[in-house]
Amino acid sequence: MTAAATAAATTTQGPPYDAVVPAIRTTGLTRRFGSQVAVSAVDLLVPRGAVYGFLGPNGSGKTTTIRMLLGLLAADSGEIEMLGQPMPDALAQVLPRVGALIEGPAFHPYLTGTANLRRLDVSDATANPATSKERIAAALSRVGLTAAAGKKYRNYSLGMKQRLGLAAALLQPRDLLVLDEPTNGLDPQGTREVRHLVRELAQDGATVLVSSHLLAEVEQIATHIGIMSGGELLRQGTLTEVLSDGDAVVTVTTPDLGEALEALLLLGLADATLDREHQQVQARLGEIPAEAVAQAVINAGARLRGLTVERPHLEDLFVSLTGEGFDVLR
Amino acid sequence: MSFADLTLPVVRPRYRGAFWRLYKGEVGISLRRRRNLALLAVLSAIPLMIGIAVYLSTPRAGDGPAFLGQITGNGLFLVFTALTVCIPVFLPLVVGVVSGDSIAGEAGSGTLRYLLTVPVTRTRLLVAKTLGVATFTALAVAVVAVVGLVTGAVLFGLGNVTLLSGDTVSLGTGLLRALGVSAYVMVALFGLAAGGMFISTLTENAIAAMATTIGLVMVSALLDAVPQLSAIHGVLLTHNWLGFGEFLRSNVDTAAVLRWSALHLAYAAVFLSLAWARLQSKDVTS
Ligand SMILES: Nc1ncnc2c1ncn2[C@@H]1O[C@H](COP(=O)(O)OP(=O)(O)O)[C@@H](O)[C@H]1O
Ligand SMILES: [Mg+2]
Repeated sequence: MTAAATAAATTTQGPPYDAVVPAIRTTGLTRRFGSQVAVSAVDLLVPRGAVYGFLGPNGSGKTTTIRMLLGLLAADSGEIEMLGQPMPDALAQVLPRVGALIEGPAFHPYLTGTANLRRLDVSDATANPATSKERIAAALSRVGLTAAAGKKYRNYSLGMKQRLGLAAALLQPRDLLVLDEPTNGLDPQGTREVRHLVRELAQDGATVLVSSHLLAEVEQIATHIGIMSGGELLRQGTLTEVLSDGDAVVTVTTPDLGEALEALLLLGLADATLDREHQQVQARLGEIPAEAVAQAVINAGARLRGLTVERPHLEDLFVSLTGEGFDVLR
Repeated sequence: MSFADLTLPVVRPRYRGAFWRLYKGEVGISLRRRRNLALLAVLSAIPLMIGIAVYLSTPRAGDGPAFLGQITGNGLFLVFTALTVCIPVFLPLVVGVVSGDSIAGEAGSGTLRYLLTVPVTRTRLLVAKTLGVATFTALAVAVVAVVGLVTGAVLFGLGNVTLLSGDTVSLGTGLLRALGVSAYVMVALFGLAAGGMFISTLTENAIAAMATTIGLVMVSALLDAVPQLSAIHGVLLTHNWLGFGEFLRSNVDTAAVLRWSALHLAYAAVFLSLAWARLQSKDVTS
């Protein structure tokens, strides 16, 4: 549990938050389209204050899950709880506290950026009409769109459209942001800005669910991740928890290859290999701590010149879990 | 105020007048669309063109659409002529476009998902959209009537009104009758507008919804023209649309006018209930 989540528990008025109530929890969430199961018994758990990277190849069911969270799609079975309340029953109370970007932005092409945001703001019964102007200007400036605020949406570039979508999610203070592929269509600079924005929002205490197929990017900002494939949530947890699921590889550099290899085998490390050219022995670390390996190698009388542990990258784990990498599965 | 303001209460307060703002937003957006403004411009051109044509040609009574012969004597009749000309095609076209677009247009462009996650609850959205479409329908009728009145007044002048029965009433009474005619046409078209809104909840293709709505009018008119079906003529959507002629008799048959109006409103009620039921269960996947 992060500091922000604890703060949420103590400073909120009204019915106090329970610090352990997650921002999002689903149980057995399932949705079919015809015979295809787009989302299959998903138990999502997004702790309060987390930046949850919702990963998966195209067609793995991320957007469908998000649509169900937000009450746009009915679930075939399963339960959803958002900010401690059942969805979609408590939709009118919950959604004002949730900012969302769902499968790309959508606005009226014949209206300006400002007019589009005003349209959404006047539709929000919980938005103070007296501060509407300032909030719209602030949201636009936050996503760097101030200069294009008066332009018609139809004349926006893809990146500008995406930014306007983000601005719409930021019109009000939010406890939770649900951002479906927020960096789609953004240039590298824009991508960096979004990353920065997400970090800022999280620092302010908001929980962020960000779906993406850009693994490296999510790895940089996420505290938690969930990996979807074929409608199923294959892994979820803190970034380190999920990454430790994949085996780390230990590499020992020593001229005394025989002794080192024996030490590793005695420790019970699997898949040990020798590399005579580089004077290295490699093995899968498993549950053994790296320092125990170092100690064992030295005790075996080998001259230890180097020892590295390589955790798998998210991408490797991802490919090993989903099999097909980033190809569309169906 | 930090962005995620943790001091805010869990249930956000609602501000007064929220529905009014939502409705105003709907109307504002429909009046800022160039397509809708073009439709209103076409409607306003019709009484103008009739007026000019009559002014230049001086038709005899009995020629052309109803009341055409009376226009030269009293410009007020241009209002009735223009409405008579507009009600079979032009007005239903405008109503079909606006109502067919109401939900399907937002669904197709994806803005519906953002409205619903604001959140605007589905019932609230339907009510606001219905009032918005009703407002535009009323505006469309008003444009025809007012442009007709002004054009008629300028070209032919206004005076006492000779009714169908031959009786003459004062200009003031005549204007009131014109108001009654316009109101009746608005109510009649509202039945169609509700049908368009229901159709609009069935698809994400706005053009298809518009075409189907206009098709509704054509089918009804067609059935109305088949004598063998006279048994059902009375309850057809379009059957009583021209009933506004009643307002031009010396003794308006109020009971009949109310009966017809009730039928239009019954159509509206049925269509809107269907629209509501459909919208409640609609999966928003666009
Ligand atoms: N409205 C729909 N009708 C039929 N199939 C759908 C619909 N929406 C999504 N799907 C299918 O459900 C699966 C999951 O889609 P989606 O949730 O959009 O995946 P992601 O967002 O992870 O790319 C895909 O195979 C997609 O084709
Ligand atoms: Mg998606």
